[in-house]
Amino acid sequence: MTPLSQYLALGAVIFVIGLFGVLTRRNAIGILISIEIMLGAVSLNLVAFSRFVETTTLNGQVFSVFVMTVAAGEAAVGLALILALYKSIKAVFADKFNMLKW
Amino acid sequence: MNWSQLFSAPLAFKMLALAAVVFAVGAVTLRNVFHCALSLAAMFFALSGVFVLLDADFLAVVQILIYVGAVVVLMIFAIVLTERITSTSVKQVNDLVVPGFLLCLALLVGLISVVRVASWPSPAGGPQADSIKIIGRQLLSTHVEAFEVASVLLLAALVGAVFLGKEITKK
Repeated sequence: MTPLSQYLALGAVIFVIGLFGVLTRRNAIGILISIEIMLGAVSLNLVAFSRFVETTTLNGQVFSVFVMTVAAGEAAVGLALILALYKSIKAVFADKFNMLKW
Repeated sequence: MNWSQLFSAPLAFKMLALAAVVFAVGAVTLRNVFHCALSLAAMFFALSGVFVLLDADFLAVVQILIYVGAVVVLMIFAIVLTERITSTSVKQVNDLVVPGFLLCLALLVGLISVVRVASWPSPAGGPQADSIKIIGRQLLSTHVEAFEVASVLLLAALVGAVFLGKEITKK
């Protein structure tokens, strides 16, 4: 079986790719996509630890279910926010969302 | 029936990992946001393959159902409701590309070095035969408070999304 360190390395690579997207995308939907990538990498780590460290209770997989729940709620609210912003200022770019600037 | 024996060749992990990384890079760097959403769906397919290798078959199916079936479809709806897809000539990245890339590279080097140096345990025991039963029992016994909080969170997200999405007709 593939050792745990390879799964963790894969999780690290995908997480860093998602972080790069969050830092550099202008499109707010692109930022949400990158956040989903980061959450996927985190649940990969949780599942890997659940398989390798302790298999009797499967706590890591249960945590991963909660991560998916929060990710689904976050995507729904985030996309609703983006749609509401698009209605008011006709743009989806994060650097255009500056109505709170003083 | 043990699925991990069917896929236990390390080649399967390498191919799935390569596909996941390639599609993740595509989801982050492609210019057209619609292609980004499709690449995200492909990345989640590869990631659920990795979950199968880790004997988490229930989670692999749930991952495809929730992410590919719900989240990506929601994102595609948001994309076609907001973005003019043909207008890909707009600048898609901000000014932080070079410092962001350096920061991410530094973080990646740090994470990989920690992963390489630390001594990780070898697989503990065999895989669970009936992971669905254990997950269900855990959700309703040990983690029942978190389960209830998650259901309240989903209800709040539902109400909030409907409230934010409806037409504001006042003023």
